[in-house]
Amino acid sequence: MMTSLERRNALKGNELAWYERMLEIREFERRTNELFAAGLIRGTTHLCVGQEALDIGLATTLNPDDVLAATYRSHGVALAFGLSSHSVMAEIMGKATGCAGGVGGSMHMCDSTVGLLPTSAIIGGGMPIAVGAALAFQVQKKKNVGVALFGDAATNIGAFHESLNLAAIWKLPVIFVIDNNVYGEYTRIDLSTPIEDLHLRAASYAMPSIKVDGMDVYAVQASMQEAVDRARRGDGPTLVEAKTYRFSGHSRADQALYRPAGELEHWQKRDPILLTEQALIKKGILDQAKIEAMKTKIVNLVDSAITQAQADPEPSAKDMFSNVFKEMRK
Amino acid sequence: MTAMRFRQAIVTALSDEMESDERVILFGEDVAAAEGVFKTSEGLFDKFGPVRVRDTPISEMAFTGAAVGAAMMGMRPVIEIMFMEFLGVALDQLVTEGAKMHYLSKGEYTVPMVVRASCGAGLGFGTQHSQTLENWVAATPGLKVIEPSDAQSAYSLLRAAIQDENPVMFLESRILYAERGEVDTSLKMEIGKARVLQEGSDVTVVALGNMVNVARDAIADAKVSADLVDLATLVPWDRETVLNSVKKTGRLIVVEESPWSGGWGSEIISTATTEAFSALKCAPFRITAPDVPVPYNGTLEARYIPSAVHVSAALKAAVESNQVLKPWWITEGVSK
Repeated sequence: MMTSLERRNALKGNELAWYERMLEIREFERRTNELFAAGLIRGTTHLCVGQEALDIGLATTLNPDDVLAATYRSHGVALAFGLSSHSVMAEIMGKATGCAGGVGGSMHMCDSTVGLLPTSAIIGGGMPIAVGAALAFQVQKKKNVGVALFGDAATNIGAFHESLNLAAIWKLPVIFVIDNNVYGEYTRIDLSTPIEDLHLRAASYAMPSIKVDGMDVYAVQASMQEAVDRARRGDGPTLVEAKTYRFSGHSRADQALYRPAGELEHWQKRDPILLTEQALIKKGILDQAKIEAMKTKIVNLVDSAITQAQADPEPSAKDMFSNVFKEMRK
Repeated sequence: MTAMRFRQAIVTALSDEMESDERVILFGEDVAAAEGVFKTSEGLFDKFGPVRVRDTPISEMAFTGAAVGAAMMGMRPVIEIMFMEFLGVALDQLVTEGAKMHYLSKGEYTVPMVVRASCGAGLGFGTQHSQTLENWVAATPGLKVIEPSDAQSAYSLLRAAIQDENPVMFLESRILYAERGEVDTSLKMEIGKARVLQEGSDVTVVALGNMVNVARDAIADAKVSADLVDLATLVPWDRETVLNSVKKTGRLIVVEESPWSGGWGSEIISTATTEAFSALKCAPFRITAPDVPVPYNGTLEARYIPSAVHVSAALKAAVESNQVLKPWWITEGVSK
């Protein structure tokens, strides 16, 4: 059984591993959706199908001692950062073996060993926290960076503007990453926001910004690397806008019937897994036989993670009372 | 022992903590160059420099959240919310983010941060700058709440708050900033321990912040034998001290500056009624502000705040005839 850190490090410089992890995220979300539909998981869930390239792009450009404040659309980013399918699924199922011990659920993934701060279920909630992490790194004279990952709709909330402003005036090593997946909950971005290119908002804070194809893992890595380098050099924050598309509805209850006809199909042609696959085949390091073998391996891996999570124990009543406060040493 | 004003006790505690622990940083609106609008960070910018003492934009949400993130990464930030009301625009970061991070990370992350805020009425700041608002934060598991009543407790409890591993809301009765008191800087106070400031046999008076001083004056005026309990920490509050006192005196009056409905005193009364029922000689009751916004007019504001005169009358009614004094707005027929 690999640790989260080992799984994270396994991605380092290994393009096939990126592809395989993207397959894992996709399969994980497919099964999660099934389990919810079957009533085997309670509460809600927010799938990240179609956005795997962004998660992998972040995980492969950041170091495990950098930190990420992400959102409730958290399964993919957790798997990309190194958490196992078992750990994430057990958390979704509320089991004691989940990454938050079962008290978090689908929206709250966390693992300090790979710099994944508890993901927030509040739109914009993670941005000021990433700013604060970056402040700590600056004061401590560390070369680490703080990253906030959030959706397009979060660029209309006060936390976005306050965070960019504070990061800019203090020149903090922080990167704001917009996952522009076109929809804020059930509402298309053009109905809620008067501009199409959200990264332009960085100009108000005299902050450099980058627009990137979020379906292309290589492009995401290149832009993230530019932003990370700037932050580590001490040259301050960057706003990165990744253009992606949410292949699923907002949450479990949402069938996304409000989508214009043909929109999903248009974006599916730019499926990040498909694009990566084509790139790797072109490079000659992937072929159809390898793809099939990998897919079989991943289906089995996710399936056994689910079986294991289902068999795992529930947290005890005592666990509910743990970690409300950090106990002080007398 | 050194005589100092309440605000100087705050400055001294901050300075002493910053000197003994380089992880302590301070930021907020006008806390650096201007040394705080209430002069609660006097000299700290000069002493500790711009890396550790920082002015922020008027941006409470960003800097409250920044304190959460910095605390999770090993710093011990202290932030200043100039007026408690300003926390309203930042509440998510404290209540829904900061107070949950330890729980949601199986204890892997800790959030040792202190949010200082001035609060309370009496200085003519009007409706939106005069509330106490303890109840905004008192029902949030994962967040401690402290409100000192004098220079000594301000000093000792602020140091304890900064040393604590958890997020702490530290409320400062604004009207006390100029009050003088003796401070022993070697005196440690523990979070969660009430202070019994005077002992008596006939009634227990529980108060917080500046209401402790109102209660003290009232006890002297009424010439009753009372236990005066300065709660000092609201979360977690000291059940043992309060209950032991109520079991001894058989009477309980809570004095609080917040409005009548939904105030923290109801929690104290509820617990005492349940846990010390058989010891009670008289129905426990609260003396509070009325259910109105804080009025600006000086006469009205003075009436808004529980007064020593009113608390004294209540003490006499309880001790002499086991009577509950109704709120003045009811007895005077100005409101229901």
